[in-house]
Amino acid sequence: MAIIEIRIELKKGVADPEGSNTKKTLESLGFEGVGAVKCVKVFEVELDMGVDEAVKAGEEMCRVLLANPVIQSYTVTAR
Amino acid sequence: MKAEDVKVCVIRIEGTNCEDEMYQAFRMVGASPELVHLKQLAGKAPDHAKRNLEDYDILAFPGGFSAGDYVRAGAIFAARIKSDIGPQLRKFVESEKPVLGVCNGFQTLVELGLLPAFEGVMSETPTAALSTNDSGRFECRPTYLRNDNRGNCIFTSEIKKGKISMFPLAHAEGKLLSADPRFLEKLEENDQVVFRYVGPGGAKAVYPWNPNGSPSDIAGICNPAGNVLGMMPHPERVMTRYTHQDWTSCKGPEEGDGMAVFRSVMKKLTK
Repeated sequence: MAIIEIRIELKKGVADPEGSNTKKTLESLGFEGVGAVKCVKVFEVELDMGVDEAVKAGEEMCRVLLANPVIQSYTVTAR
Repeated sequence: MKAEDVKVCVIRIEGTNCEDEMYQAFRMVGASPELVHLKQLAGKAPDHAKRNLEDYDILAFPGGFSAGDYVRAGAIFAARIKSDIGPQLRKFVESEKPVLGVCNGFQTLVELGLLPAFEGVMSETPTAALSTNDSGRFECRPTYLRNDNRGNCIFTSEIKKGKISMFPLAHAEGKLLSADPRFLEKLEENDQVVFRYVGPGGAKAVYPWNPNGSPSDIAGICNPAGNVLGMMPHPERVMTRYTHQDWTSCKGPEEGDGMAVFRSVMKKLTK
């Protein structure tokens, strides 16, 4: 069995209000030196197959459902 | 065709809401709507409950939410439709039957690749996205919308160009984005812009009148053929004057602003 990690993030240049609001909140809570904050989504998927096959399946999952290519990019890695 | 012969498929899956308002809106203009679960269209239902998409004259995507809006708003609804009835849906749109998507329905139409559909009626992957509101939060309020369509859209034929209507909205992801650098120009060229957010009296919309930061204040677009309309605000919630926010203080007509959207499509089908 393979476990893959699918990381979905916003493409460069796409506004990330969730990230920037979190940054503001962290700063207002007194955290110092906070730079950019990015909101990223991670799916962990268990697959009953070999690692290479699982990564390929993960990429297909991104194409069919998990990522909108207009605003999001994805990376699939085996764990 | 008589109004009562116009069959409307109000499509739903697990976790769909606002389908009742959509159903009632079509009832109020005399059509015969039916709430239809995707499984009924996909043959995954008892025989008496099975339905064919091609038997309907209008397809309506309600919203709301669907499937918890997990992954992305409308993404699960769209992926399930594509997998279960993709070819039937493509045929439905190709035959230029009207398709309406409101709020989550608009998000679903974009995820399905039915909007903006610059090339072909349905793209393999989405070519636009309804992204998180600039405010980073759920926006819920009345909005003013100007009809900017020049006559292409089947759902606004009864609304004068430039007329300002009030529809309420409620969403967290309504900012229309595309990777196409000529996105806005193409929408204009093809007469695909239908509704724009405006401020009171028709002024340029700034937040909160443009609630999500959509470029060019776009609230609703249609496909190049004009038979598919997706919009974030809810016309089905203002079918009578009594659900307008100012109904106690204004002497308006009995009819709500949303009625015109449904009357427009019915007029086309029943003439």
